[in-house]
Amino acid sequence: MRVLKILLCLLLLSSSCREDEYVTYMTNEDTGVPIGESGFVGLYILNEGNMGANRCTLDYLDLSGKDSTIHYYRNIYAERNPGTVKELGDVGNDIGIYGTRLWMVVNCSNKVEVCEAASAKRIGQVNIDNCRYLAFDSGFAYVSSYAGPVQVSENCPLGRVYKVDTLSLQKVDSVVVGYQPEEMAIEDGKLYVANSGGYRVPTYDNRVSVIDLETFQVISEIEVDINMHRLQADRYGQLWVSTRGNYYDVNPALYCISNDKVSARLDLTISAMTIVGDSLYYIGTSFNYLAGGYSKSFGIVDVKRCTTIATSIFEAPEIKAITLPYGIIMNPLDKSFYLLDAKNYVSSGELLHFDAEGNYLWRVTTGDIPSRGVFL
Amino acid sequence: MRIALLITLSSFELCILCMAQDSVRIIDNITIKSKIKYHETIAPQTLKGETLEKVNAHTVADALRFMSGVQLKDYGGIGGLKTVNLRSLGSQHVGIHYDGIELGNAQNGVIDLGQFSLDNIEEVSVYQGQRSAIMQTASDFTNAGSIYIRTKSQLGKETSRNNDGKANNDHFVKSKLQLGASNLFRFSTLYEQHLSEKLVMSSNLEVLSTNGKYNFNYRRRNHDGSIAYDTTATRKNGDVQAIRAEINLYGNISDGHWQTKAYTYHSNRGIPGAIVNNVWRRGERQKDDNSFVQGSWQKDINRIYTLQALAKYANYRTHYLNKDTTQLMIDNTYRQQEAYLGLVHVFEIAPWWSVSLSDDFRWNYLDANMPLFVHPTRWSILSSAATAMDLNKLQCQGSIVFSHHLDKTRTGTSRKSYDNFTPALFLSYRPYLWLQFSCFAKKSYRMPTFNDLYYTNIGNTLLKPESAIQYDLGIRFDSKAIDGFTNRNTIAEDKHGNMNGSFEAHIYHNSVHDKIVAYPKGQQFRWTMLNLGRVHIDGIDMQGHASWKILNEMILSSRLQYTYQRARDVTDQTTSYYGDQIPYTPWHSGSMTMMLDYRAWDFAYNFVYTGERYCQQENILYNHLEPWYTSDLHLAWRHSYRGILCKATVEVNNLFDQQYDVIINYPMPGRNLNVTLLCEF
Repeated sequence: MRVLKILLCLLLLSSSCREDEYVTYMTNEDTGVPIGESGFVGLYILNEGNMGANRCTLDYLDLSGKDSTIHYYRNIYAERNPGTVKELGDVGNDIGIYGTRLWMVVNCSNKVEVCEAASAKRIGQVNIDNCRYLAFDSGFAYVSSYAGPVQVSENCPLGRVYKVDTLSLQKVDSVVVGYQPEEMAIEDGKLYVANSGGYRVPTYDNRVSVIDLETFQVISEIEVDINMHRLQADRYGQLWVSTRGNYYDVNPALYCISNDKVSARLDLTISAMTIVGDSLYYIGTSFNYLAGGYSKSFGIVDVKRCTTIATSIFEAPEIKAITLPYGIIMNPLDKSFYLLDAKNYVSSGELLHFDAEGNYLWRVTTGDIPSRGVFL
Repeated sequence: MRIALLITLSSFELCILCMAQDSVRIIDNITIKSKIKYHETIAPQTLKGETLEKVNAHTVADALRFMSGVQLKDYGGIGGLKTVNLRSLGSQHVGIHYDGIELGNAQNGVIDLGQFSLDNIEEVSVYQGQRSAIMQTASDFTNAGSIYIRTKSQLGKETSRNNDGKANNDHFVKSKLQLGASNLFRFSTLYEQHLSEKLVMSSNLEVLSTNGKYNFNYRRRNHDGSIAYDTTATRKNGDVQAIRAEINLYGNISDGHWQTKAYTYHSNRGIPGAIVNNVWRRGERQKDDNSFVQGSWQKDINRIYTLQALAKYANYRTHYLNKDTTQLMIDNTYRQQEAYLGLVHVFEIAPWWSVSLSDDFRWNYLDANMPLFVHPTRWSILSSAATAMDLNKLQCQGSIVFSHHLDKTRTGTSRKSYDNFTPALFLSYRPYLWLQFSCFAKKSYRMPTFNDLYYTNIGNTLLKPESAIQYDLGIRFDSKAIDGFTNRNTIAEDKHGNMNGSFEAHIYHNSVHDKIVAYPKGQQFRWTMLNLGRVHIDGIDMQGHASWKILNEMILSSRLQYTYQRARDVTDQTTSYYGDQIPYTPWHSGSMTMMLDYRAWDFAYNFVYTGERYCQQENILYNHLEPWYTSDLHLAWRHSYRGILCKATVEVNNLFDQQYDVIINYPMPGRNLNVTLLCEF
């Protein structure tokens, strides 16, 4: 009897009661570094969050000088939009600002979230199944999506690109493209879409779809290489597209397309890239089973001469210590850069800042899997 | 020894008395444990018979909530996946044995305990370390912890246990119908027949159907206390249609017995999936067709030597289907086969000393219609040597298993083999009948599963087995021993004496090495598996049982269980989660059951508590999960009419309608009701 009493007491003591759940708090991290002249008010960072975890979050780096030092506000969406059921959603894939609005593609929540750029307060959402990436032009947003029509005798749908009115947030048109379209770029009145075919392993897609924005029809396809991912335009009207290979006998590469033809191929593994001026900055990771770690690569491609150039800006020990480089953001004005470390995908990531010469400046803790950013 | 035998005999007599009073409600397990080969140095936690019926449990997974040191992962609803791990070692370290032979899943190591209904289960036992009796197969010695599930068989039990060939009845029928929330319909029937004096047939059929729908609520408050959002929705795509049939034969031979079983289970279910922003239903489906046949045979060859042989063949087919064109479409069929052969030799060299030698041979094959699939095969050979000694107050058992696994893939050019040793030592000291001290130390391992090794684009063929080391110290008090009862069953079941009870506590330290974890590849196929993980676990398990005779025909009994665990991730000092509690492991958890029996009425109150925990590795605000606790009520009324026992039960689960997730984004059902009717004759 006494034993039972003791046990009961122990159980009660150890128990704490369930409390009401509150809207997720924002956390504020002070880097202690004085605000310099960055040319921007702030930087939004979109964190993917692991699939099924509903942990896509939005962070904000305040460069406005409101505080005398640089502050990083982690997880701001829920606090700014407390009424959104289940917050921002599952797996953030892309972020962009067009006009005064902030657009976020939340892949596994099948929506594009539209907020006021200045406050991150919600304006509305566009429901697009399995949406992937954004491009903007003349008052319209273009959203690539894996979800398209299934062809006879295929067990895999073709993808689509949706045309969305950026003011009314209505889908006004859509066009069928290749399999599992990823990034897009607009050049000379045409929308170029990199198709991956990632759902069709091992028969990946190898075409870039070219859409005439006037008619919103696919006017041609450019055969490049299998399993494309990144696609960006440079200032010379060339397109740069990365491929991921098949992880067996076809290697990843970077291709240059000019005048709708492949004009160069570089033997590079690219997981993220960004073009500023004549320089294409890239990072690449490939997993090495024997070593149980990654082969990490960083570099710059001269887009004018289509060659890699020697650089020492990625030599800092802090860069070598990055667990899993996942994104690179360039400040186009001062050429300083930010690297995103996704760690093990299921814990907080990191944002590291370096100056244009590659000197380490500071770091802050981000949400899970930080992947993309956009300057405000 | 003599005292123990005497006491056992007296309880035997009492049981006979019970039977005379009430011919239908037989108190079971009248085993006279005189032989050392059956001795368990450390007793397990057991739930059985009527207690099992009173804890509002309908599957083996539900019942395990009432065991200490067990963590249950429940994805919600009747169809949601339910797995357990023991003392934070990971579910793949748990061996689950169904009527004496281990259930295997070489594909992913996951056994969904929600698929094992309690309708035909007599007893569920949990052993930390291993079952410390030496009359067992080599596989029984290898896992870090084991769960033994024994099916019901009224006549079979009498035949194989009493060994006297005398039957109380020549047939036995038990039918049960359950109706409940989510359009639950569950019907089962057990039919047993004496085919001859020494042969019993027992068959069992169960049909289950539910639409799996229930309401759940997500509510958040603003920091000023006002409601930010408050949404109620219906859980969808959780429907289950399942049928299970089993047929057993129990036979007696001179100085031995045998048993065979044929089992088949077929289900078609929705996979409800995670609830995330903007997605409230999903369309994945899963079809299971699992069948196996197994048999065991045991004979005392002479006074010293006993031989046991076991065999099994299993064929599991799982079909995953996702027809949603907006996602990756899936139409994958996996077919697993397993063949097993086990031999156990036991030598009772002296009344106080016995030795066993066991050999297991197992073959696993996995077939799938996926592109680039490698069709792995695994051959396993396990050999064990064990010894047990009973030195009056001191009992000990030591065992060692050598295991050899060989994997071959159809496309792979190399064969891969794994060799492991699993040593274990169990000691118990019983200075008085009512007091027992025990301890054990054990090293065990789990093999990487076929998915870990060979899953297209994810598997890593370089994986090593994951190992676990356990140390345990325990103490046990038993008031029944003072009163003169050694029957170790839960007290609730034997209704004698004014008050009796028992209390048991264990303190332990475990560590997991080379833990197999999913690790990002940083590319399109996002994950791979690595031996990257080290966990240190310190814990305390406590459980107590007590029963009181309040009035002449009124008995109050209770069970109380508490678990404390600190399971720290000590993999890498440079990570942000070094030293943090591992995901989904509460520091505090426990349960309580109060049962009141009065004449034809049974009433029970069950309370389950799981304390705060984190849903990811980092113990930070964003990963924090609030505690949850549920209260369940059970009321039953029984009536006998011309030898037919009828019982009607009403159950209320989650009485206070708590809205909680065990696994984040997988909401659990709120308050629900079910009604059960049972007839047996």
